[in-house]
Amino acid sequence: MLQLLDRLNDAAKRKVQALQDYFILAWNALRFIFARPFYGGDLVQQMDAIGVQSLGIVLLTGFFTGMVLALQSAVQLQTFGASMYIGRLVSASMIRELGPVLASIMVAGRAGSGIAAELGSMKVTEQIDALNTLGTDPIKKLVTPRVLAALIMLPVLTIINDFVGIVGGNLIARFYLDVPSTLYWRTVWEQIASNGFTFRVFPNDFIQGLSKPFVFGGVIAVTACYFGLNTSGGTEGVGLSTTRTVVTSSILILILDYFITQILLSVLVAP
Amino acid sequence: MSERETKVRGAAARDAAGDDHQQAVEEAAGGGATTGDERGERARRADDIIRQKQADRARTAIQTELAEEASEARPRPEEPGPLKDGVIEMERVYLAFDRPVLEDVSFAAFPGETLVIVGESGSGKSVALKLILRLLQPDSGRVYICGQDIAGLSFTEALAVRQKMGMVFQSAALFDSMTVFENVAYPLREHTDLKEDEIEARVREKLEFVDLDPNDVMEKLPAELSGGMKKRVGIARGMANNAEIMLYDEPTSGLDPLTTGTITRLIMKLQRELNVTSIVVSHDIRSAFKMATHIALLADRKIRFFGTPEEMTASDDRYIRDFLGGF
Repeated sequence: MLQLLDRLNDAAKRKVQALQDYFILAWNALRFIFARPFYGGDLVQQMDAIGVQSLGIVLLTGFFTGMVLALQSAVQLQTFGASMYIGRLVSASMIRELGPVLASIMVAGRAGSGIAAELGSMKVTEQIDALNTLGTDPIKKLVTPRVLAALIMLPVLTIINDFVGIVGGNLIARFYLDVPSTLYWRTVWEQIASNGFTFRVFPNDFIQGLSKPFVFGGVIAVTACYFGLNTSGGTEGVGLSTTRTVVTSSILILILDYFITQILLSVLVAP
Repeated sequence: MSERETKVRGAAARDAAGDDHQQAVEEAAGGGATTGDERGERARRADDIIRQKQADRARTAIQTELAEEASEARPRPEEPGPLKDGVIEMERVYLAFDRPVLEDVSFAAFPGETLVIVGESGSGKSVALKLILRLLQPDSGRVYICGQDIAGLSFTEALAVRQKMGMVFQSAALFDSMTVFENVAYPLREHTDLKEDEIEARVREKLEFVDLDPNDVMEKLPAELSGGMKKRVGIARGMANNAEIMLYDEPTSGLDPLTTGTITRLIMKLQRELNVTSIVVSHDIRSAFKMATHIALLADRKIRFFGTPEEMTASDDRYIRDFLGGF
């Protein structure tokens, strides 16, 4: 019994320690954004790896999600003779929820796993130690550019994802429900405007839809870097870090999505 | 007889008594039938044999203990604090992870010398290098680099100290996304204000020093190089910043005998021509004896031997003789 308690105690200590290390890594990565030297080249390279190279997969998921959303809703809306509101439904769903969450999960699967595998390989082949011995802080050189790139690129990818999703919905509305495109886009804008504006300029829907990917981007990059830098056990360890990154990031995205929505709904008041 | 010697002698005698009694009785009996007088005589002879064996064992135990104490004491400085001329120095270092890794380890390397640390796999050799680089911190004890205690330095402060040192890793640890040129140029781009043409000139110089043709290898990726070439590029990268100290982790492991000879000669060339202080971690005894000015043998988490290669070959310590394997 005592042995069991000892083991539980040790396991709890390790978890708390891991959590502490995670937040220390996140804090250092953000702190080094403003500290010299700046690795501008690495930042651009990471923006390409995380953002530009994820574009294809984000376009594809956004477009088909918008279409299927419109298709599923169409059946219900036709029953009530409310087909003209299809634009409202698609835009609200895409901008507030599906756009940020889907884009982030796609990036976690594609770029997050890539970051974990790259840093994990560097760890097991002593390249991280080599950076240290050459007088470079691995967090500043490797983690900060990746976190910053994710913070910048995730909102951009989300905007693109939202847009192609709404376009996908437009195609279904036009060819399946016979809703004219002008009417569709007008209802899209009505939906955006109906939730009010912050400082009379920024639609609340946009603030809600873009603050989420900003947080998710940071979570994906820090999680991937954390598991990558803590890789041990050779190539098997690299595979394990990659899996853990994708699973942990995806779960964190879904959990944080709920809490961010709760907070933003209470802060951003509709007129 | 000191209290310590008495204790060791008593313990050794007690341990040996059980086995010795049976053996001595057998030796004294010599087999066959016996009379009453013969039995009394044999019992006396058996007692004599037991006493003799116990005395021999106690003497051997004391000699071994005293030899170990003398061996541990030799490299340790008399007073706490850095040695006057020591470039790299460890003073009574203890380190444990889940279990102890290093215990009371002390040694020093002086300017221009090559200290080779040898020992069985898992004896803590590479950990000692990581302590020198301040990639790890000792639980207790001091690590001095050029007279500065690095054990208490923060991570950022340690980065500055590391710039004095060049490290060659067991796997070479070249950045696989960079070309050979970018690898060797890395420390120069990071820590100097040299212009690109000056950097290129320095990279060419270092690659030539390690007997590589710059025109042939500069644009290659590490994946395109052989094991020996990777090690040589690793050495070129380590010395690119004109490091005063070079550290090598198993520089000849996994290499064929000819390449091993080349790398060994290269380490000696660095010492001879540039007066670099080197610490080499290795279990390649042949190379170690070629390049070492001093050898430290790590065994059971402690420095078992510290001295010149000649002193090591002359040692009577059975463990050292076994370790050298007739070399």
